Amino acid sequence: MTDALPPHLRWTAIALVVTGGMAGSAARAGLALAIPTVAEVPIAIALVNIVGAFLLGCLSSMLERRGPADASAAQLRLLLGTGFCGGFTTYSALANDTVVLAVNGGVGAAMLYALGTLLVGGLATWAGIVVGIGLGGSRRPGRGGEPA
Amino acid sequence: MTLPLFLLVVVGGGLGAGVRFVLDGLIRSRVRTAFPWATTVINVSGSFALGLIIGATLTNLLSPELALVLGTGFLGGYTTFSTASYETVQLVRQRRFAASFVSGVLMLVLSLAAAGLGLWLGSAF
Repeated sequence: MTDALPPHLRWTAIALVVTGGMAGSAARAGLALAIPTVAEVPIAIALVNIVGAFLLGCLSSMLERRGPADASAAQLRLLLGTGFCGGFTTYSALANDTVVLAVNGGVGAAMLYALGTLLVGGLATWAGIVVGIGLGGSRRPGRGGEPA
Repeated sequence: MTLPLFLLVVVGGGLGAGVRFVLDGLIRSRVRTAFPWATTVINVSGSFALGLIIGATLTNLLSPELALVLGTGFLGGYTTFSTASYETVQLVRQRRFAASFVSGVLMLVLSLAAAGLGLWLGSAF
């Protein structure tokens, strides 16, 4: 019976995501403690988001070739992609830090931080996908389906 | 940060990731488009909630420790930059440039507005 349930309603799948999310959050919180804010700009969060974007791009293109029927690929996607990379990176801090930066450091600095993270993060994702293909991943872009 | 507090942040992050996974699946099973609506809903709602928490901390309505567990922990794990970026880049790879641009910019604009509204509401009491 439980096999008929979609992944997001299966306890084993949710447990993988929660486990990866705990590891990702620990890494993010640790880096945020270790790397200080420079001139009101949260360097740690920018770094976390850009590195996490690269890792997810790399992982996704490496796992894409193995297809949706590969159970271990699906589990790795949940643990490392949805869980770790998802929990490591954050959008809520990006949005709130940008608003706070706009108030304290000026709108120009805030826009530079937000758009810079978006642009460099996008390039990092792309670079990750290219590296993942080089490591034996799929060359074919997914059809709007499941991201890792 | 004390070790017990750090561990609570970590547990909060794991739970946030779990809630994101379930909500993402529920939205995807109802709204079947290539546009990343699920991630947009998650990141905008999480940005609003973090604004509320930061605002409430500024006015001492919420303790800094609870703000760390809920904000850095739960909402940090709930919202995601990597998936948002990946979905936007996938749209570029599929040559859906307009959808890609709109998804990237719309999510940012809505999240900033939500964060601002949350900060304002949270510090209003």
